[in-house]
Amino acid sequence: MYVLSAIVILTSLGLLLGVALGIAAKYLKVESDPLIETIEALMPGSQCGQCGFPGCRPAAEALVSGAAPVTLCPPGGTSLVEQLAKLLGVDVDLSQTQDQEAMVARVSEETCTGCTRCFKVCPTDAIVGAPKQIHAVVADACIGCKKCVEVCPTECLQMHPVEVTLRNWRWPKPLAA
Amino acid sequence: MFALFENPRLRGGIHAEEHKSETSPLSIATDFPLPKKLYIPVQQHVGKPAEPVVKVGEKVLKGQLLAYSQGTISAPVHAPTSGVIADVKDFPAPHPSALPIRTVVIESDGKEQWAELIVPEDPFQLEPEEICQRVGAAGVVGLGGAVFPSAVKLSLGRKNKIHTLLINAGECEPYLTCDDRLMQERAEQIVAGIRLMLRGMDAPKALVGIEDNKPEAFAAMQAASQSFANIVVAQVPTRYPMGWDRQMLRYLTGQEIPADGRATDIGVVVHNVATAFAVYQAICLGQPLISRVVTVSGAAVAKPRNVEVPIGTLMSEVLAFCGLEKSKMARLVMGGPMMGDALPIAEVPVVKACNGILALSAADIDEPAVQPCIRCSSCVTACPVGLLPLEMASRIKANQLDSAVDLGLKDCISCGSCSYVCPSNIPLVHYFKFASGELVKRQQAEHKSEQTKRLIEDRNERMERARLEAEAEALRAQEARAARLAAAQQAQQAPAEETV
Ligand code: SF4
Ligand code: SF4
Ligand code: SF4
Ligand code: SF4
Repeated sequence: MYVLSAIVILTSLGLLLGVALGIAAKYLKVESDPLIETIEALMPGSQCGQCGFPGCRPAAEALVSGAAPVTLCPPGGTSLVEQLAKLLGVDVDLSQTQDQEAMVARVSEETCTGCTRCFKVCPTDAIVGAPKQIHAVVADACIGCKKCVEVCPTECLQMHPVEVTLRNWRWPKPLAA
Repeated sequence: MFALFENPRLRGGIHAEEHKSETSPLSIATDFPLPKKLYIPVQQHVGKPAEPVVKVGEKVLKGQLLAYSQGTISAPVHAPTSGVIADVKDFPAPHPSALPIRTVVIESDGKEQWAELIVPEDPFQLEPEEICQRVGAAGVVGLGGAVFPSAVKLSLGRKNKIHTLLINAGECEPYLTCDDRLMQERAEQIVAGIRLMLRGMDAPKALVGIEDNKPEAFAAMQAASQSFANIVVAQVPTRYPMGWDRQMLRYLTGQEIPADGRATDIGVVVHNVATAFAVYQAICLGQPLISRVVTVSGAAVAKPRNVEVPIGTLMSEVLAFCGLEKSKMARLVMGGPMMGDALPIAEVPVVKACNGILALSAADIDEPAVQPCIRCSSCVTACPVGLLPLEMASRIKANQLDSAVDLGLKDCISCGSCSYVCPSNIPLVHYFKFASGELVKRQQAEHKSEQTKRLIEDRNERMERARLEAEAEALRAQEARAARLAAAQQAQQAPAEETV
């Protein structure tokens, strides 16, 4: 008897709250600025926080409200600055901006203890491995946010420049006359 | 300048110093000694790299398949001689960076023992599909420098009603004469190749365009094609970049390829003349593409000559054969001096795309200091595409890539005419190459950021799922606890009943 009523009460409570939440989400939805959406779509999306905001969305909001310069996002590089300046109608001297060298994390297999801490913080699931096993970074998925480096207890995770291959080699910029 | 008004069918272009007379009167050297080791990269074409099928230590025969083509746009590579597979490893590529590429290394046994070759009884009775299939299996790619798999182009031709096969024999780059010599010496075979290509794509006629600085080649080709009314050999003016397909097509037919379109859109397919020869070899002799004619020239070469060499020969060996004076060489170039690539080392293999090996002396390449632009507009006049090189370069210099794209950066063919004429020696084409690479990089970055967003979403979803599961688990545990409690209470209320 008690068993049944306990189940019924808890289940209906769950359902009720769920429906209430659903309705609230629908009616209390904040209309977002389409410009913010566009800008957020341009951003690297890594939520790395290098801009001083907790993620790309807050960064986009700050840009639109004018609280941040178009040069705020280091991972975005010159290309992002150029696109943002165009979108927001501001003038920037693009010849001064510089692209960061792309970096990816790499695990040195000698010192990895398989503690899984890096695995848990990686925002893109770029680290593969299981407990007590050596972990490895999938370079294509790594966005260079350094979160794993910060949590690694044995310092076996280090940032390295992306390896240059025939596929990603590009002509350098001519030296200015 | 006036040529522009005389002939509206020609746009831009330059008269570069030809340097062709050193090699054009000499026959193709066929006595190049077989190298001890050959280095065959698995990617010598546009598209996916080929996948090796041989193992280290395996014996291979000349013409045997080394790596098969992967996917629709790809091409296989074959053993240029008989011998033993010594290694499959990363080896410097003939590329300005000399970065490594996957390479099959063959140690030759000196026997030149051919694998069994399949030769059709009458090649001209083969079905079109069969021709395309054999051309593809022989690893034939565009030998004019584009190295696009030829079979793909032929099949494409069959699907899009083609009325003209344009054979590009412009060879407008200075120094290069390999196509010239090939036409002078092997015109019959080239014509056979052209006929097979026509059959392979169901096209009615072929048009061969030869620059008028090659009268012997023109005469030889005309004689060879005399009995075939559907093959017309025509002369085109000598003006770089005549070998650009749009320029040649405009001159010969007056037709314009739409800006974002391809030649097939107006019913034309363009193939290089050396490719026609390779098609002949593939079908009539059953031989895959395992050697090619290369122009070896430049002031640092004592005996400039066209040489037929096996694919995979180190350039240093070819240069030594032609009497390279090492101390004189200031720059090594693969291809022509206008569009070719400067190579940092000579220990890289000759590949299918390599039509020239130039050892230039310091005098050939003297590079005076770069001066500011004087807005003389010579570059604008020279550009065959009709772009504004000076404007584009100044935008790129200021990192304004988007506005350079608006000015037509993507239409630039990197022909180098603008750099050639610029009195201020501004490395214009270098800016455009840099910017094009940068655009690719941006595209890749965009792709990656999309992928990142997807990965992050996936992860968030997974975390959310894990959280929900944990909650459900907690709920279940709670219910179980409640149930146990209730059972205990019931047991207390009914002490008469025995508990087990
Ligand atoms: S720095 Fe760029 S990528 Fe990182 S959180 Fe800020 S906007 Fe996003
Ligand atoms: S730096 Fe580390 S945590 Fe950041 S994306 Fe790369 S592997 Fe993941
Ligand atoms: S390199 Fe580009 S811009 Fe310069 S002349 Fe050639 S097509 Fe025109
Ligand atoms: S040719 Fe050179 S100097 Fe003349 S306008 Fe062009 S970039 Fe300027």
